[in-house]
Amino acid sequence: MNVPVEHVLTLSAILFTIGVAGVILRRNAIIVFMNIELMLNSVNLGFIGFAAAMDSMVGVMFVFFILVVAAAEAVIGLAIMVEIFRNKGTLNIDELNLLKW
Amino acid sequence: MNFSLSATDFLTILPELILCGMGMVVLLFDLFGSGRNTANLAWLTLLSLLAAGYADITMMGQNLMGFSGTVTADDFSIAFELIFLSVTALTVLLSTRYVHERGMGYGEYYSLLLFATAGMMLMASSLDMLMIFIGLEILSLSSYILCGMLRRDARSNESALKYFLLGAFATGFLLYGMMLLYGATGTIRLREIAEALRHEEVFVNPIAWMGMGMILVGFGFKIALVPFHMWTPDVYEGAPTTVTAFLSSGPKAASFAALIRILVEGLSPMQEQWSQVLWVLAVITMTLGNVVALQQDNIKRMLAYSSIAHAGYILVAVVVGGAEGLGAVVFYALAYTFMNTGAFGVLILTADRGRERLTFEDFRGFGFVSPALGVAMFIFMLSLAGIPLTGGFAGKFQIFKSAIDQGYIWLTVIGMLNSVVSIYYYLRIVVVMYMQPAGDDSLQEPPRASIPLYTAIALAAAGVIYLGIFPSGWIGISLQSVSLLTAGG
Repeated sequence: MNVPVEHVLTLSAILFTIGVAGVILRRNAIIVFMNIELMLNSVNLGFIGFAAAMDSMVGVMFVFFILVVAAAEAVIGLAIMVEIFRNKGTLNIDELNLLKW
Repeated sequence: MNFSLSATDFLTILPELILCGMGMVVLLFDLFGSGRNTANLAWLTLLSLLAAGYADITMMGQNLMGFSGTVTADDFSIAFELIFLSVTALTVLLSTRYVHERGMGYGEYYSLLLFATAGMMLMASSLDMLMIFIGLEILSLSSYILCGMLRRDARSNESALKYFLLGAFATGFLLYGMMLLYGATGTIRLREIAEALRHEEVFVNPIAWMGMGMILVGFGFKIALVPFHMWTPDVYEGAPTTVTAFLSSGPKAASFAALIRILVEGLSPMQEQWSQVLWVLAVITMTLGNVVALQQDNIKRMLAYSSIAHAGYILVAVVVGGAEGLGAVVFYALAYTFMNTGAFGVLILTADRGRERLTFEDFRGFGFVSPALGVAMFIFMLSLAGIPLTGGFAGKFQIFKSAIDQGYIWLTVIGMLNSVVSIYYYLRIVVVMYMQPAGDDSLQEPPRASIPLYTAIALAAAGVIYLGIFPSGWIGISLQSVSLLTAGG
Protein backbone atom coordinates (compact mmCIF):
# COMPACT_ATOMS: atom_id res chain seq x y z
CA MET A 1 0.00 0.00 0.00
CA ASN A 2 1.41 3.34 -0.99
CA VAL A 3 0.78 6.58 0.81
CA PRO A 4 0.30 9.31 -1.82
CA VAL A 5 3.04 11.91 -1.78
CA GLU A 6 0.47 14.68 -1.34
CA HIS A 7 -0.49 13.30 2.07
CA VAL A 8 3.13 13.07 3.18
CA LEU A 9 3.74 16.63 2.04
CA THR A 10 0.66 17.92 3.81
CA LEU A 11 1.73 16.31 7.07
CA SER A 12 5.23 17.68 6.57
CA ALA A 13 3.86 21.19 5.96
CA ILE A 14 1.64 20.95 9.06
CA LEU A 15 4.57 19.84 11.23
CA PHE A 16 6.76 22.60 9.81
CA THR A 17 4.10 25.22 10.55
CA ILE A 18 3.67 23.93 14.11
CA GLY A 19 7.44 24.16 14.51
CA VAL A 20 7.63 27.73 13.22
CA ALA A 21 4.69 28.80 15.38
CA GLY A 22 6.33 27.18 18.40
CA VAL A 23 9.63 28.96 17.82
CA ILE A 24 7.84 32.29 17.62
CA LEU A 25 5.40 31.78 20.49
CA ARG A 26 7.21 29.76 23.16
CA ARG A 27 9.51 31.47 25.65
CA ASN A 28 11.58 28.62 27.06
CA ALA A 29 14.80 28.11 25.10
CA ILE A 30 14.58 24.32 25.31
CA ILE A 31 11.01 24.26 24.01
CA VAL A 32 12.03 26.63 21.21
CA PHE A 33 14.83 24.24 20.34
CA MET A 34 12.40 21.29 20.38
CA ASN A 35 10.28 23.17 17.85
CA ILE A 36 13.31 23.68 15.65
CA GLU A 37 13.92 19.94 15.79
CA LEU A 38 10.30 19.48 14.75
CA MET A 39 10.96 21.70 11.72
CA LEU A 40 13.99 19.60 10.78
CA ASN A 41 12.00 16.40 11.14
CA SER A 42 9.24 17.74 8.93
CA VAL A 43 11.95 18.28 6.31
CA ASN A 44 13.07 14.68 6.78
CA LEU A 45 9.54 13.47 6.28
CA GLY A 46 9.23 15.47 3.07
CA PHE A 47 12.50 14.14 1.73
CA ILE A 48 11.46 10.56 2.42
CA GLY A 49 8.06 11.14 0.85
CA PHE A 50 9.57 12.55 -2.34
CA ALA A 51 12.26 9.86 -2.44
CA ALA A 52 9.63 7.13 -2.19
CA ALA A 53 7.44 8.75 -4.82
CA MET A 54 10.32 9.24 -7.26
CA ASP A 55 12.07 6.02 -6.35
CA SER A 56 15.33 7.90 -5.85
CA MET A 57 17.78 7.26 -3.04
CA VAL A 58 19.16 10.81 -2.93
CA GLY A 59 16.42 12.08 -0.67
CA VAL A 60 16.91 9.23 1.79
CA MET A 61 20.64 9.94 1.87
CA PHE A 62 19.96 13.60 2.59
CA VAL A 63 17.87 12.57 5.60
CA PHE A 64 20.81 10.75 7.18
CA PHE A 65 22.92 13.89 6.97
CA ILE A 66 20.16 16.00 8.46
CA LEU A 67 19.82 13.54 11.35
CA VAL A 68 23.54 13.65 12.10
CA VAL A 69 23.73 17.43 11.87
CA ALA A 70 20.64 17.79 14.07
CA ALA A 71 22.31 15.60 16.69
CA ALA A 72 25.47 17.71 16.59
CA GLU A 73 23.36 20.84 16.81
CA ALA A 74 21.56 19.47 19.88
CA VAL A 75 24.89 18.84 21.60
CA ILE A 76 26.05 22.39 21.04
CA GLY A 77 22.70 24.00 21.78
CA LEU A 78 22.23 22.16 25.05
CA ALA A 79 25.81 22.98 26.10
CA ILE A 80 25.12 26.68 25.50
CA MET A 81 21.89 26.40 27.51
CA VAL A 82 23.69 24.71 30.42
CA GLU A 83 26.16 27.59 30.54
CA ILE A 84 23.33 30.13 30.51
CA PHE A 85 21.48 28.32 33.25
CA ARG A 86 24.62 28.30 35.38
CA ASN A 87 25.17 32.01 34.94
CA LYS A 88 21.61 33.28 35.08
CA GLY A 89 19.45 30.52 36.53
CA THR A 90 16.83 30.85 33.80
CA LEU A 91 16.19 29.76 30.25
CA ASN A 92 13.32 32.12 29.60
CA ILE A 93 14.32 34.08 26.52
CA ASP A 94 12.40 37.14 27.71
CA GLU A 95 14.70 37.36 30.72
CA LEU A 96 17.83 37.14 28.60
CA ASN A 97 17.84 40.83 27.88
CA LEU A 98 21.36 42.10 28.46
CA LEU A 99 21.47 42.75 24.75
CA LYS A 100 18.40 44.44 23.38
CA TRP A 101 16.68 42.31 20.74
CA MET B 1 27.07 3.35 -9.80
CA ASN B 2 30.77 3.84 -9.56
CA PHE B 3 32.12 4.79 -6.18
CA SER B 4 35.83 4.61 -6.84
CA LEU B 5 37.78 7.66 -5.74
CA SER B 6 40.80 9.06 -7.45
CA ALA B 7 43.55 11.41 -6.35
CA THR B 8 41.79 14.28 -8.15
CA ASP B 9 38.85 13.95 -5.79
CA PHE B 10 41.04 14.58 -2.80
CA LEU B 11 43.09 17.24 -4.55
CA THR B 12 39.87 19.20 -5.16
CA ILE B 13 39.24 19.51 -1.43
CA LEU B 14 42.90 19.64 -0.43
CA PRO B 15 42.68 23.09 1.23
CA GLU B 16 39.65 21.96 3.26
CA LEU B 17 41.44 18.74 4.22
CA ILE B 18 44.50 20.68 5.35
CA LEU B 19 42.39 22.93 7.54
CA CYS B 20 40.35 20.10 9.08
CA GLY B 21 43.45 18.02 9.74
CA MET B 22 45.36 20.92 11.21
CA GLY B 23 42.34 21.83 13.32
CA MET B 24 42.65 18.46 15.00
CA VAL B 25 46.43 18.80 15.28
CA VAL B 26 45.95 22.14 17.03
CA LEU B 27 43.57 20.52 19.52
CA LEU B 28 46.00 17.67 20.23
CA PHE B 29 48.94 20.04 20.42
CA ASP B 30 47.05 22.00 23.03
CA LEU B 31 46.45 18.83 25.00
CA PHE B 32 49.81 17.06 24.78
CA GLY B 33 52.35 19.39 23.28
CA SER B 34 54.33 22.15 24.84
CA GLY B 35 51.58 24.20 23.27
CA ARG B 36 49.89 25.39 26.42
CA ASN B 37 51.36 28.62 25.24
CA THR B 38 48.95 30.63 23.18
CA ALA B 39 51.53 31.97 20.75
CA ASN B 40 52.62 28.55 19.48
CA LEU B 41 49.06 27.58 18.67
CA ALA B 42 48.48 30.83 16.84
CA TRP B 43 51.59 30.26 14.70
CA LEU B 44 50.51 26.70 13.98
CA THR B 45 47.11 28.00 12.91
CA LEU B 46 48.66 30.65 10.68
CA LEU B 47 50.92 28.04 9.15
CA SER B 48 47.98 25.83 8.22
CA LEU B 49 46.16 28.82 6.72
CA LEU B 50 49.24 29.60 4.63
CA ALA B 51 49.49 25.97 3.51
CA ALA B 52 45.83 25.98 2.47
CA GLY B 53 46.33 29.28 0.66
CA TYR B 54 49.33 27.86 -1.18
CA ALA B 55 47.27 24.82 -2.20
CA ASP B 56 44.55 27.14 -3.45
CA ILE B 57 46.92 29.27 -5.50
CA THR B 58 48.49 26.26 -7.20
CA MET B 59 45.02 25.00 -8.16
CA MET B 60 43.98 28.29 -9.70
CA GLY B 61 42.81 28.01 -13.30
CA GLN B 62 42.57 24.22 -13.29
CA ASN B 63 38.83 24.04 -12.53
CA LEU B 64 39.07 20.65 -10.87
CA MET B 65 35.94 18.66 -10.14
CA GLY B 66 35.76 15.99 -7.50
CA PHE B 67 33.52 13.42 -5.87
CA SER B 68 31.40 12.87 -8.99
CA GLY B 69 30.81 16.56 -9.50
CA THR B 70 29.61 17.51 -6.02
CA VAL B 71 32.56 19.74 -5.21
CA THR B 72 34.69 21.84 -7.49
CA ALA B 73 37.81 23.94 -7.19
CA ASP B 74 37.04 26.44 -9.90
CA ASP B 75 38.32 30.00 -9.85
CA PHE B 76 35.16 31.27 -8.17
CA SER B 77 35.62 29.03 -5.17
CA ILE B 78 39.36 29.70 -5.06
CA ALA B 79 38.85 33.47 -5.08
CA PHE B 80 36.41 33.14 -2.19
CA GLU B 81 38.67 30.68 -0.39
CA LEU B 82 41.49 33.20 -0.50
CA ILE B 83 39.13 35.77 1.02
CA PHE B 84 38.15 33.37 3.82
CA LEU B 85 41.79 32.55 4.50
CA SER B 86 42.63 36.25 4.79
CA VAL B 87 39.72 36.78 7.18
CA THR B 88 40.85 33.93 9.39
CA ALA B 89 44.53 34.87 9.22
CA LEU B 90 43.76 38.44 10.28
CA THR B 91 41.47 37.13 13.03
CA VAL B 92 44.19 34.82 14.35
CA LEU B 93 46.70 37.67 14.47
CA LEU B 94 44.15 39.86 16.25
CA SER B 95 43.26 37.10 18.70
CA THR B 96 46.71 36.37 20.15
CA ARG B 97 46.47 38.76 23.07
CA TYR B 98 42.69 38.93 23.43
CA VAL B 99 42.28 35.17 23.81
CA HIS B 100 44.98 35.13 26.47
CA GLU B 101 43.62 38.01 28.51
CA ARG B 102 40.00 36.94 28.42
CA GLY B 103 40.90 33.39 29.43
CA MET B 104 39.39 31.58 26.46
CA GLY B 105 40.54 28.04 25.72
CA TYR B 106 43.36 28.45 23.21
CA GLY B 107 43.15 25.03 21.60
CA GLU B 108 39.39 25.10 21.09
CA TYR B 109 39.44 28.66 19.87
CA TYR B 110 42.01 28.21 17.12
CA SER B 111 40.79 24.82 16.00
CA LEU B 112 37.20 26.07 15.81
CA LEU B 113 38.41 28.96 13.65
CA LEU B 114 40.06 26.43 11.35
CA PHE B 115 36.96 24.23 11.19
CA ALA B 116 34.77 27.26 10.51
CA THR B 117 37.09 28.25 7.67
CA ALA B 118 36.92 24.74 6.22
CA GLY B 119 33.12 24.99 6.37
CA MET B 120 33.13 28.31 4.54
CA MET B 121 35.42 26.92 1.85
CA LEU B 122 33.15 23.93 1.39
CA MET B 123 30.18 26.27 0.97
CA ALA B 124 31.91 28.19 -1.79
CA SER B 125 33.05 25.08 -3.65
CA SER B 126 29.88 22.96 -3.58
CA LEU B 127 27.81 22.15 -6.63
CA ASP B 128 25.32 20.16 -4.65
CA MET B 129 22.68 21.24 -2.12
CA LEU B 130 23.78 18.55 0.33
CA MET B 131 27.38 19.78 0.31
CA ILE B 132 26.26 23.39 0.75
CA PHE B 133 24.20 22.29 3.75
CA ILE B 134 27.12 20.39 5.28
CA GLY B 135 29.54 23.28 4.73
CA LEU B 136 27.04 25.70 6.20
CA GLU B 137 26.58 23.54 9.27
CA ILE B 138 30.31 23.04 9.84
CA LEU B 139 30.60 26.81 9.75
CA SER B 140 27.51 27.50 11.86
CA LEU B 141 28.18 24.95 14.58
CA SER B 142 31.74 26.25 14.99
CA SER B 143 30.60 29.84 15.12
CA TYR B 144 27.87 29.18 17.71
CA ILE B 145 30.57 27.92 20.04
CA LEU B 146 32.95 30.75 19.16
CA CYS B 147 30.26 33.27 20.17
CA GLY B 148 29.94 31.65 23.56
CA MET B 149 33.67 31.23 24.19
CA LEU B 150 33.60 33.63 27.15
CA ARG B 151 31.83 31.08 29.30
CA ARG B 152 31.54 33.23 32.42
CA ASP B 153 30.31 36.27 30.57
CA ALA B 154 26.50 36.41 30.50
CA ARG B 155 26.52 38.60 27.39
CA SER B 156 28.62 36.12 25.48
CA ASN B 157 26.28 33.29 26.58
CA GLU B 158 23.31 35.27 25.47
CA SER B 159 24.88 36.05 22.12
CA ALA B 160 25.63 32.35 21.58
CA LEU B 161 22.06 31.34 22.44
CA LYS B 162 20.52 33.93 20.13
CA TYR B 163 22.83 32.99 17.30
CA PHE B 164 22.17 29.32 17.88
CA LEU B 165 18.37 29.53 18.01
CA LEU B 166 18.02 31.85 15.02
CA GLY B 167 20.73 30.06 13.06
CA ALA B 168 19.03 26.70 13.57
CA PHE B 169 15.66 28.28 12.74
CA ALA B 170 17.12 29.59 9.48
CA THR B 171 18.60 26.18 8.72
CA GLY B 172 15.09 24.75 9.04
CA PHE B 173 13.82 27.12 6.34
CA LEU B 174 16.81 26.47 4.11
CA LEU B 175 16.37 22.70 4.38
CA TYR B 176 12.65 22.92 3.74
CA GLY B 177 13.40 24.89 0.60
CA MET B 178 15.98 22.33 -0.50
CA MET B 179 13.48 19.56 0.13
CA LEU B 180 10.85 21.28 -2.03
CA LEU B 181 13.34 21.91 -4.83
CA TYR B 182 14.38 18.27 -4.67
CA GLY B 183 10.74 17.28 -4.87
CA ALA B 184 10.10 19.51 -7.87
CA THR B 185 13.22 18.66 -9.85
CA GLY B 186 14.16 15.21 -8.58
CA THR B 187 17.81 16.08 -7.98
CA ILE B 188 20.00 17.91 -5.51
CA ARG B 189 22.75 18.77 -8.00
CA LEU B 190 22.65 22.47 -8.77
CA ARG B 191 23.36 22.14 -12.49
CA GLU B 192 20.81 19.37 -12.89
CA ILE B 193 18.26 21.53 -11.08
CA ALA B 194 18.86 24.30 -13.62
CA GLU B 195 18.50 21.73 -16.40
CA ALA B 196 15.20 20.47 -14.96
CA LEU B 197 13.83 23.97 -14.48
CA ARG B 198 14.22 24.69 -18.19
CA HIS B 199 11.35 22.28 -18.80
CA GLU B 200 8.05 24.08 -18.83
CA GLU B 201 6.19 21.60 -16.59
CA VAL B 202 8.82 21.83 -13.84
CA PHE B 203 9.13 25.59 -14.17
CA VAL B 204 5.43 26.19 -13.51
CA ASN B 205 5.36 23.79 -10.55
CA PRO B 206 4.46 25.83 -7.44
CA ILE B 207 6.58 23.50 -5.30
CA ALA B 208 9.72 24.73 -7.05
CA TRP B 209 8.74 28.35 -6.43
CA MET B 210 8.04 27.73 -2.76
CA GLY B 211 11.41 26.03 -2.56
CA MET B 212 13.13 29.07 -4.03
CA GLY B 213 11.32 31.32 -1.57
CA MET B 214 12.27 29.21 1.43
CA ILE B 215 15.90 29.08 0.34
CA LEU B 216 15.94 32.87 0.04
CA VAL B 217 14.48 33.16 3.56
CA GLY B 218 17.11 30.76 4.93
CA PHE B 219 19.98 32.66 3.33
CA GLY B 220 18.35 35.95 4.30
CA PHE B 221 18.82 34.95 7.93
CA LYS B 222 22.40 33.81 7.36
CA ILE B 223 23.44 36.95 5.49
CA ALA B 224 21.35 39.14 7.84
CA LEU B 225 19.19 40.79 5.22
CA VAL B 226 16.39 42.98 6.51
CA PRO B 227 13.78 41.78 7.63
CA PHE B 228 15.72 38.73 8.84
CA HIS B 229 18.48 40.71 10.56
CA MET B 230 17.17 41.02 14.13
CA TRP B 231 19.78 38.71 15.58
CA THR B 232 22.81 40.44 14.07
CA PRO B 233 23.45 43.41 16.38
CA ASP B 234 22.83 41.38 19.52
CA VAL B 235 25.04 38.51 18.49
CA TYR B 236 27.81 40.78 17.25
CA GLU B 237 27.72 42.92 20.37
CA GLY B 238 27.77 40.05 22.84
CA ALA B 239 30.34 37.83 21.15
CA PRO B 240 34.06 38.24 21.89
CA THR B 241 35.29 41.11 19.69
CA THR B 242 37.71 38.90 17.75
CA VAL B 243 34.84 36.56 16.94
CA THR B 244 32.70 39.50 15.85
CA ALA B 245 35.45 40.59 13.48
CA PHE B 246 35.48 37.09 12.05
CA LEU B 247 31.70 36.64 11.87
CA SER B 248 30.96 39.95 10.23
CA SER B 249 33.29 39.34 7.30
CA GLY B 250 33.91 35.61 6.83
CA PRO B 251 30.59 33.79 7.15
CA LYS B 252 28.83 36.64 5.41
CA ALA B 253 31.06 36.28 2.35
CA ALA B 254 30.65 32.50 2.51
CA SER B 255 26.86 32.78 2.56
CA PHE B 256 27.03 35.10 -0.44
CA ALA B 257 29.23 32.58 -2.27
CA ALA B 258 26.78 29.76 -1.56
CA LEU B 259 23.81 31.97 -2.44
CA ILE B 260 25.41 32.85 -5.78
CA ARG B 261 26.10 29.17 -6.42
CA ILE B 262 22.47 28.27 -5.76
CA LEU B 263 20.94 31.20 -7.61
CA VAL B 264 23.25 31.38 -10.60
CA GLU B 265 24.10 27.72 -11.05
CA GLY B 266 20.88 26.17 -9.80
CA LEU B 267 18.05 28.62 -10.19
CA SER B 268 19.22 30.55 -13.26
CA PRO B 269 15.94 29.92 -15.14
CA MET B 270 14.17 31.84 -12.36
CA GLN B 271 16.57 34.77 -12.46
CA GLU B 272 13.96 37.33 -13.46
CA GLN B 273 11.87 36.51 -10.39
CA TRP B 274 14.54 36.10 -7.73
CA SER B 275 16.31 39.24 -8.81
CA GLN B 276 13.08 41.19 -8.24
CA VAL B 277 12.79 39.79 -4.72
CA LEU B 278 16.43 40.57 -3.99
CA TRP B 279 16.02 44.07 -5.44
CA VAL B 280 13.51 44.88 -2.72
CA LEU B 281 15.58 43.17 -0.03
CA ALA B 282 18.72 45.05 -1.11
CA VAL B 283 16.97 48.40 -0.86
CA ILE B 284 15.48 47.84 2.59
CA THR B 285 18.68 46.19 3.87
CA MET B 286 20.87 49.12 2.86
CA THR B 287 18.44 51.71 4.12
CA LEU B 288 17.57 50.16 7.46
CA GLY B 289 21.19 49.19 8.18
CA ASN B 290 22.41 52.72 7.60
CA VAL B 291 19.56 54.52 9.33
CA VAL B 292 19.78 52.43 12.49
CA ALA B 293 23.58 52.63 12.51
CA LEU B 294 23.20 56.40 12.79
CA GLN B 295 21.69 56.07 16.24
CA GLN B 296 24.23 53.77 17.85
CA ASP B 297 26.55 54.84 20.66
CA ASN B 298 28.43 51.58 20.87
CA ILE B 299 30.98 51.26 18.08
CA LYS B 300 30.72 47.47 18.01
CA ARG B 301 26.96 47.71 17.54
CA MET B 302 27.40 50.46 14.98
CA LEU B 303 29.74 48.19 13.00
CA ALA B 304 27.13 45.42 13.27
CA TYR B 305 24.53 47.61 11.60
CA SER B 306 27.12 48.77 9.11
CA SER B 307 27.73 45.13 8.20
CA ILE B 308 24.00 44.81 7.48
CA ALA B 309 24.21 47.86 5.21
CA HIS B 310 27.25 46.45 3.41
CA ALA B 311 25.40 43.17 2.86
CA GLY B 312 22.81 45.33 1.12
CA TYR B 313 25.45 46.83 -1.21
CA ILE B 314 26.78 43.37 -2.06
CA LEU B 315 23.22 42.21 -2.71
CA VAL B 316 22.88 45.01 -5.29
CA ALA B 317 25.70 43.37 -7.21
CA VAL B 318 24.01 39.96 -6.93
CA VAL B 319 20.80 41.46 -8.34
CA VAL B 320 22.71 42.97 -11.24
CA GLY B 321 24.35 39.63 -11.96
CA GLY B 322 26.40 38.89 -15.05
CA ALA B 323 30.18 38.84 -15.06
CA GLU B 324 30.44 42.45 -13.92
CA GLY B 325 27.98 42.19 -11.06
CA LEU B 326 29.25 38.91 -9.68
CA GLY B 327 32.84 40.06 -10.15
CA ALA B 328 31.95 43.09 -8.04
CA VAL B 329 30.71 40.74 -5.30
CA VAL B 330 34.09 39.01 -5.18
CA PHE B 331 35.93 42.33 -5.22
CA TYR B 332 33.78 43.90 -2.53
CA ALA B 333 34.01 40.84 -0.28
CA LEU B 334 37.80 41.19 -0.09
CA ALA B 335 37.71 44.97 0.34
CA TYR B 336 35.11 44.63 3.09
CA THR B 337 37.21 41.98 4.80
CA PHE B 338 40.16 44.35 5.08
CA MET B 339 38.27 47.42 6.21
CA ASN B 340 35.96 45.64 8.62
CA THR B 341 38.56 43.41 10.26
CA GLY B 342 40.87 46.41 10.49
CA ALA B 343 38.26 48.53 12.27
CA PHE B 344 37.57 45.71 14.71
CA GLY B 345 41.34 45.30 15.10
CA VAL B 346 41.62 48.81 16.51
CA LEU B 347 38.81 48.04 18.97
CA ILE B 348 40.58 44.83 20.01
CA LEU B 349 43.90 46.58 20.48
CA THR B 350 42.39 49.19 22.78
CA ALA B 351 40.73 46.55 24.96
CA ASP B 352 42.89 46.61 28.06
CA ARG B 353 43.07 43.55 30.30
CA GLY B 354 39.48 42.60 29.82
CA ARG B 355 38.10 46.14 29.79
CA GLU B 356 36.88 46.96 26.32
CA ARG B 357 36.55 50.53 25.11
CA LEU B 358 33.63 50.48 22.73
CA THR B 359 31.74 53.76 22.98
CA PHE B 360 32.33 56.90 20.97
CA GLU B 361 33.24 58.76 24.20
CA ASP B 362 36.12 56.37 24.79
CA PHE B 363 37.73 57.51 21.58
CA ARG B 364 37.72 61.26 22.29
CA GLY B 365 41.10 62.66 21.35
CA PHE B 366 42.33 59.20 20.41
CA GLY B 367 43.93 60.54 17.23
CA PHE B 368 46.45 62.45 19.36
CA VAL B 369 46.81 59.82 22.06
CA SER B 370 47.89 57.23 19.53
CA PRO B 371 48.61 58.83 16.13
CA ALA B 372 49.37 55.60 14.25
CA LEU B 373 46.17 53.83 15.33
CA GLY B 374 44.21 57.01 14.78
CA VAL B 375 45.37 57.13 11.17
CA ALA B 376 44.59 53.42 10.72
CA MET B 377 41.06 53.90 12.08
CA PHE B 378 40.69 56.95 9.83
CA ILE B 379 41.61 54.85 6.78
CA PHE B 380 39.17 52.08 7.70
CA MET B 381 36.33 54.54 8.29
CA LEU B 382 36.98 56.34 4.99
CA SER B 383 36.96 53.00 3.24
CA LEU B 384 33.74 51.85 4.92
CA ALA B 385 32.16 55.14 3.92
CA GLY B 386 33.35 54.64 0.35
CA ILE B 387 35.67 57.62 -0.11
CA PRO B 388 38.06 57.51 -3.11
CA LEU B 389 41.52 55.98 -2.91
CA THR B 390 40.28 53.25 -0.60
CA GLY B 391 39.18 49.68 -1.28
CA GLY B 392 35.65 50.52 -0.18
CA PHE B 393 35.35 53.13 -2.90
CA ALA B 394 36.74 50.84 -5.60
CA GLY B 395 34.28 48.15 -4.51
CA LYS B 396 31.27 50.46 -4.49
CA PHE B 397 32.35 51.88 -7.84
CA GLN B 398 32.38 48.36 -9.32
CA ILE B 399 28.96 47.59 -7.90
CA PHE B 400 27.25 50.78 -9.00
CA LYS B 401 28.97 50.84 -12.38
CA SER B 402 27.70 47.35 -13.15
CA ALA B 403 24.24 48.37 -11.90
CA ILE B 404 24.12 51.37 -14.22
CA ASP B 405 25.39 49.33 -17.16
CA GLN B 406 22.54 46.89 -16.66
CA GLY B 407 19.97 49.65 -16.31
CA TYR B 408 19.32 49.45 -12.57
CA ILE B 409 19.20 53.24 -12.21
CA TRP B 410 16.92 53.40 -9.16
CA LEU B 411 18.93 50.80 -7.31
CA THR B 412 22.06 52.84 -7.97
CA VAL B 413 20.47 56.06 -6.81
CA ILE B 414 19.22 54.48 -3.59
CA GLY B 415 22.62 52.88 -3.00
CA MET B 416 24.43 56.18 -3.53
CA LEU B 417 22.08 58.00 -1.15
CA ASN B 418 22.74 55.31 1.42
CA SER B 419 26.47 55.75 1.01
CA VAL B 420 26.05 59.43 1.72
CA VAL B 421 24.04 58.71 4.87
CA SER B 422 26.67 56.26 6.05
CA ILE B 423 29.42 58.92 5.84
CA TYR B 424 27.83 60.61 8.85
CA TYR B 425 28.32 57.78 11.30
CA TYR B 426 31.66 56.60 9.99
CA LEU B 427 33.13 60.06 10.13
CA ARG B 428 31.64 60.58 13.57
CA ILE B 429 34.45 58.42 14.93
CA VAL B 430 36.97 60.55 13.04
CA VAL B 431 35.44 63.74 14.43
CA VAL B 432 35.49 62.32 17.95
CA MET B 433 39.09 61.16 17.53
CA TYR B 434 40.53 64.41 16.18
CA MET B 435 38.25 67.27 17.15
CA GLN B 436 37.31 66.54 20.73
CA PRO B 437 39.70 66.72 23.69
CA ALA B 438 40.42 63.55 25.63
CA GLY B 439 38.16 63.38 28.69
CA ASP B 440 38.62 61.73 32.06
CA ASP B 441 36.97 58.53 31.00
CA SER B 442 38.35 58.30 27.48
CA LEU B 443 41.51 56.48 26.48
CA GLN B 444 44.41 58.37 28.07
CA GLU B 445 47.47 56.57 26.83
CA PRO B 446 48.27 54.55 23.72
CA PRO B 447 47.30 50.89 24.01
CA ARG B 448 50.04 48.45 24.97
CA ALA B 449 51.98 47.44 21.92
CA SER B 450 51.48 43.98 20.52
CA ILE B 451 53.37 42.97 17.38
CA PRO B 452 50.77 40.51 15.98
CA LEU B 453 47.96 43.01 16.47
CA TYR B 454 49.88 45.86 14.86
CA THR B 455 50.83 43.53 12.01
CA ALA B 456 47.19 42.63 11.42
CA ILE B 457 46.05 46.26 11.47
CA ALA B 458 48.91 47.30 9.19
CA LEU B 459 48.13 44.46 6.77
CA ALA B 460 44.46 45.42 6.73
CA ALA B 461 45.28 49.08 6.14
CA ALA B 462 47.73 48.14 3.38
CA GLY B 463 45.07 45.94 1.82
CA VAL B 464 42.50 48.73 1.89
CA ILE B 465 44.89 51.20 0.28
CA TYR B 466 46.23 48.71 -2.24
CA LEU B 467 42.72 47.80 -3.38
CA GLY B 468 41.89 51.49 -3.53
CA ILE B 469 44.88 52.64 -5.58
CA PHE B 470 45.64 49.55 -7.67
CA PRO B 471 42.28 47.80 -7.91
CA SER B 472 42.95 46.31 -11.34
CA GLY B 473 44.82 43.22 -10.14
CA TRP B 474 42.02 41.93 -7.94
CA ILE B 475 39.37 43.12 -10.43
CA GLY B 476 41.03 40.92 -13.02
CA ILE B 477 41.00 37.92 -10.71
CA SER B 478 37.42 38.49 -9.64
CA LEU B 479 36.18 38.89 -13.22
CA GLN B 480 38.03 35.77 -14.27
CA SER B 481 36.66 33.87 -11.28
CA VAL B 482 33.05 34.40 -12.31
CA SER B 483 33.58 33.83 -16.02
CA LEU B 484 32.65 30.14 -15.80
CA LEU B 485 29.53 30.87 -13.75
CA THR B 486 28.16 33.37 -16.21
CA ALA B 487 29.26 31.60 -19.39
CA GLY B 488 27.24 28.47 -18.57
CA GLY B 489 24.05 30.19 -17.43
